[in-house]
Amino acid sequence: MVTATETKKVQIEIFRQDTPESTPYWEKFEVNYRPNMNVISALMEIRQNPVNADGKATTPVAWDMSCLEEVCGACSMVINGKPRQSCSALIDQLTQPIQLAPMKTFPVVRDLQVDRTRMFDSLKKVKAWVPIDGSYDLGEGPRMPERKRQWAYELSKCMTCGVCLEACPNVNSGASFMGPAPLSQVRLFNAHPTGSMNKDERLNAIMGDGGLANCGNAQNCVVACPKGIPLTTSIAALNRDTTVQMFKNFFGSDHMVD
Amino acid sequence: MSKDREFYWRRLHSLLGIIPVGLFLAQHLVVNHFATRGADAFNSASHFMESLPFRLMLEIFVIYLPLAFHAFYGIYIAFTAKNNPKNFGTLRNYLFILQRFTGIFLVVFIAWHVFETRFQAAIGAKEVNFNMMAEILSNPWMLGFYIVGVIAATFHLANGIWSFLVSWGITQSPQSQRIATYVTLVIFLALSVVGVQALLAFV
Repeated sequence: MVTATETKKVQIEIFRQDTPESTPYWEKFEVNYRPNMNVISALMEIRQNPVNADGKATTPVAWDMSCLEEVCGACSMVINGKPRQSCSALIDQLTQPIQLAPMKTFPVVRDLQVDRTRMFDSLKKVKAWVPIDGSYDLGEGPRMPERKRQWAYELSKCMTCGVCLEACPNVNSGASFMGPAPLSQVRLFNAHPTGSMNKDERLNAIMGDGGLANCGNAQNCVVACPKGIPLTTSIAALNRDTTVQMFKNFFGSDHMVD
Repeated sequence: MSKDREFYWRRLHSLLGIIPVGLFLAQHLVVNHFATRGADAFNSASHFMESLPFRLMLEIFVIYLPLAFHAFYGIYIAFTAKNNPKNFGTLRNYLFILQRFTGIFLVVFIAWHVFETRFQAAIGAKEVNFNMMAEILSNPWMLGFYIVGVIAATFHLANGIWSFLVSWGITQSPQSQRIATYVTLVIFLALSVVGVQALLAFV
């Protein structure tokens, strides 16, 4: 039994890129199999002994990771064609050779590392927070119904991992679409009783450049989301909210929010 | 076109696809269906459409301008997508891609169709009647081109109705969107039958 596992190898092919501008290339690796391995532990094996499948010494593969329990979103990459977290991608459940590639929707920093700054910029743009700062104690906000809180909790599971942006055909270097994740955050913060006091600001933000209207309803995002967030329902709900906001903006009312 | 106005351009694109372009397509296919009742029935129907008052104004504001905007802005939309059916082989993703392919094909088909029928009639080279279409469709390649054109148009409209319902926030829940898929499938099939029957009546 022990000898059997020692000789078993895991075939891994990695789409590597040395610098943000350099030409990417495929490199093959073989790592010794251990039971219950995930993609990250396989990558750690390569890092310990950076030798490719041809037996040549190479540079260690670079990738991002943090929580290792699929809540931080840092270790997202494209595994056998599907964008997902490498920490929860188990070797036993993957067809070999396992192909690892960076999420090319984002600028590649090196190998499997990508720069997800655009997502955080989008969150700032759509004001994905509840503003409560003041020069004095503003007191308690309105209460949120418990059932609504439970529903909103599902939307709050978004970890800005970028998988939905990678899955979306309309998010690419030729388009400015911010993608599903920041849009769903608008729905989350507009549902919050205090957050909804600024809902028109968020709706107007997603009615701007790169916003909601860029969605083409391919609905890959909702299939790809590792947290099962109802992204397409959020987008459709925001479509209705922005329809109303559009008419309010045009035909006018001196109320900003309600 | 300013990117800040994108929201309004996209909404206009979605609206114009249904009203008036989609309504016109349905009307056009239904009037064509007179061909199944023979040459005389078709000729009198087409003569009635031809002799509508304010015809040129109707054509410009109900057909040419909305259709041109829908076509040119649609080309821009189609080419901003980076299709990925290999990794996401879901029905919706295929329909998304088909919507873009049929859209591009329709720009070519409709440009040709308008040139061959309306433009030729406008310069007095030909008269729009049953014989004109029978002559065009006597070429099996043109018949094939027209059948593909009509089916592409009915698909693009039916799937466009589905997207319209989502884009304006009418169908939100996955269930309502699924039912809309079935309803638009029926619209696609029904309009395709009407359109193709009319074409075959000229052969």
